[in-house]
Amino acid sequence: MGVEGIGARVVRKEDKRFITGKGRYVDDIKLVGMTHAQFIRSPHAHAKVKKIDSSAALKMPGVVAVLTGQQLVDDKVGNLICGWAITSKDGSPMKMGAWPAMAPETVRFVGQAVAVVIADSKNLARDAAEAVVVDYEELPAVADVHAAIKAGAPQLHPEAPGNQVYDWVIGDEGATDAAFAKAANVVKLDVTNNRLAPNAMEPRAAIADYDAAEEHFTLYTTSQNPHVARLVLSAFYNIAPEHKLRVIAPDVGGGFGSKIFIYPEEMVALWASKKVGRPVKWTGDRTEAFLTDAHGRDHVTHAEMAFDASNKITGLKVKTYANFGAYMSLFSSSVPTYLYATLLSGQYNIPAIHAEVIGVYTNTTPVDAYRGAGRPEASYLIERLMETAARQLKVDPAALRRTNFITQFPHQTPVIMAYDTGDFNASLDAAMKAIDYAGFAARKAKAKADGKLRGIGVSCYIEACGIAPSKAVGSLGAGVGLWESAEVRVNPVGTIEILTGSHSHGQGHETTFCQLVAERLGVPISQVSIVHGDTDKVQFGMGTYGSRSAAVGLTAILKAMEKMESKARKIAAHALEASEADIVIENGEFKVTGTDKAIAFPMVALAAYTAHNLPDGMEPGLKESAFYDPTNFTFPAGTYICELEVDAGTGKTSFVNFVAADDFGRLINPMIVEGQVHGGLAQGIGQALLEHAIYDANGQPVTASFMDYAMPRADDLPSFNLSHTTTLCPGNPLGIKGCGEAGAIGASAAVINAITDAIGKNNLEMPATPDRVWRTIHAA
Amino acid sequence: MSTVKLTVNGKAVAVDVEDRTLLVHLLRDHLNLTGTHVGCDTSQCGACVVHMDGRAVKSCTMLAGQADGASITTIEGIAKGDELHPMQAAFRDNHGLQCGYCTPGMIMSAIDIVHRHNSQGAGGQLDEATVRQELEGNICRCTGYHNIVKAVLDAAGRMKVAQAAE
Repeated sequence: MGVEGIGARVVRKEDKRFITGKGRYVDDIKLVGMTHAQFIRSPHAHAKVKKIDSSAALKMPGVVAVLTGQQLVDDKVGNLICGWAITSKDGSPMKMGAWPAMAPETVRFVGQAVAVVIADSKNLARDAAEAVVVDYEELPAVADVHAAIKAGAPQLHPEAPGNQVYDWVIGDEGATDAAFAKAANVVKLDVTNNRLAPNAMEPRAAIADYDAAEEHFTLYTTSQNPHVARLVLSAFYNIAPEHKLRVIAPDVGGGFGSKIFIYPEEMVALWASKKVGRPVKWTGDRTEAFLTDAHGRDHVTHAEMAFDASNKITGLKVKTYANFGAYMSLFSSSVPTYLYATLLSGQYNIPAIHAEVIGVYTNTTPVDAYRGAGRPEASYLIERLMETAARQLKVDPAALRRTNFITQFPHQTPVIMAYDTGDFNASLDAAMKAIDYAGFAARKAKAKADGKLRGIGVSCYIEACGIAPSKAVGSLGAGVGLWESAEVRVNPVGTIEILTGSHSHGQGHETTFCQLVAERLGVPISQVSIVHGDTDKVQFGMGTYGSRSAAVGLTAILKAMEKMESKARKIAAHALEASEADIVIENGEFKVTGTDKAIAFPMVALAAYTAHNLPDGMEPGLKESAFYDPTNFTFPAGTYICELEVDAGTGKTSFVNFVAADDFGRLINPMIVEGQVHGGLAQGIGQALLEHAIYDANGQPVTASFMDYAMPRADDLPSFNLSHTTTLCPGNPLGIKGCGEAGAIGASAAVINAITDAIGKNNLEMPATPDRVWRTIHAA
Repeated sequence: MSTVKLTVNGKAVAVDVEDRTLLVHLLRDHLNLTGTHVGCDTSQCGACVVHMDGRAVKSCTMLAGQADGASITTIEGIAKGDELHPMQAAFRDNHGLQCGYCTPGMIMSAIDIVHRHNSQGAGGQLDEATVRQELEGNICRCTGYHNIVKAVLDAAGRMKVAQAAE
């Protein structure tokens, strides 16, 4: 692999700027003449906007403008879109309420913007926002999914009667009912998948700069996918055509899904910069992040699993209510459908599955993809069911899983997905060995003697990543293709620039993508740079989410590299007067195999640009590009096992050990992969123990700061014990499966299974706070 | 408006600021030291941690005027030219950062933690539990803290060696 090639633990190239304070995030950028935006947001969960009085604010010195939702309508700025069409079981399209970037008439969640102040400084904008008087007429609000679908509930959108967006089904209902009719045992479970706030540490921000002479906009924004942002802003919001809009996502401080979407604030900043004729900057504060960044999860589910007499699963029935909040965010519709129900087979042979998903509007912040997006909800449900079943059937939970593992690949599940490869026994074995599963009974007995309740919980997750084959997602309603692009530019001196449509906001692409080049050419990674995050530099790309950057983005780079190498080989063969077939690339040289004849790569590059001695008919230059569309999803899978102790007197949970055995296919940089798993595990454990975005019955958020929303801190978490098993993904030439979301997908079930094992009661909801655990222990 | 005189990264500066200006905004907006970040508005996240007279403080939680006469060190001021501070090097070597946003505050807090414990002599050995507890005021969403804790423990050793050498 070489010291910097594939598989090497190379320290990150991008780190120097971050550890020395030289990162360049959106809020670090200042433009000449820049103004500052402060949004005026609804304090009500549901209200009519009767009147907005800006007169006092406009008289304040330094205030440039106060702009309202009605002006957006007057200027024909488009409403926000949802980019994935879902069809209900009755054949009707999903029912969408209009979402204007600032509400002209009705607000439907706390924090929805109704107006914006533009002023010379941030402080002036804040002062002026206090002086804008908005007259609201409060309307009844509803925050809970079950309350929202009851007859007589407050109605959010006239387009969606009963607050129902869709009632969608997947699988074979008849076959599933037949399986249940013949079942030896049926296991039932009700679970809530708690709503989470993503909380990337960098709040969202935008700077919009309109050049009147060129009729051209530049937008600096905290985006995971700047090209998709430009496409949506151009095609749907009438901001500007694509060639008149440059979107730059510089260093971005974490995303976790929340920075995929195109939000009202970026749209308004662009529109406002043209209106006021000066650059407009908006930087959200943390409370704005809680109120306006798309939330994650929020499912309420009833599920039943049927078993035959030999403990083989014969059927699965699932009914899920998914809370979408007040509006349909960009990819929200796909999350509880094609990213959730298609993974309900888990790692198991389940001959018949039927799932129904009812999407519901409530007066809460919109919900969309958050790390894992649908797959954590599926994995949590299946793994809670398996643990519940093991307890009910009185068999070892690991053994029950083994009895039902899929062992033959490819495997077609009854819910669309066709798993390409995997070895679920291998990851279960690795995790059980790492945690000394066999010795647990003795440890539990010893803990009991010490007055502690000890439990162990297994979670065998599978997910679908590498999102995604364009044709497949197109047939399921996606509005975009999910390929990726790459360009390899070799400079005349032999240094290399890789342009990618992927976007790094913590994932380390500037290192791992270089490692592929080092692997193939034998050049040091210091000779390679990665260019991304700017629509003027990279032609197009789909961005980073769904653990797709290595499986899809890096494969696109590989394809472009192969084209470049093919041309370079011809140039080298010509220069060395050898046959192209005899040229091998080693340690930065093109060599004639079996001889000592060689030409260094920089000389090949120079030859391409001097063009003095190229093969007849060859174009000068050395630059190639590729678009890569995957043939299938990838299927990372693994086993997580959590061992912990519960203090029965306080309900407090303490970790004893947490092991993760993942199969991600080929690893480019194991150090970075492990870092991705650590972070994912922290988010999964955070969901299980700490995090919950809570609304009261009237739709008031009660967890809108770090004082109220329990983010995982260093002393809430253990160190993790990681290992890997490997089956190479057959769907891409590098054999990569993707590692960005696994931790968040698999961890929460392991924790809850361990706590419920410790306390000997099965019904426990997330987050399992000490209070909740104590009450569960002491419940009658 | 008031004039605040202070030393930042060894350089004396005088800055005219509105009285309500927070130290973090003086650093970021007036001195262009954008390595110090704002991640919350309730003094919870620690992205804004700097050193004031050698002690870690949250620069979002004090007025610029309260730093009058003080010596402030930010993330930009801890390396000696091209030579990284041992804590910076340990964060890089242990993959203690991903998106980098919390990193400056983490590093500044961590240096303070090590200073306080190393200065306690042989009894001041840092262990994992102590580091985890001491990092309570710094939130990271990317790393799960695993490699941050490793980095701080690694740097504690490096800093002890550096101290002994001095």
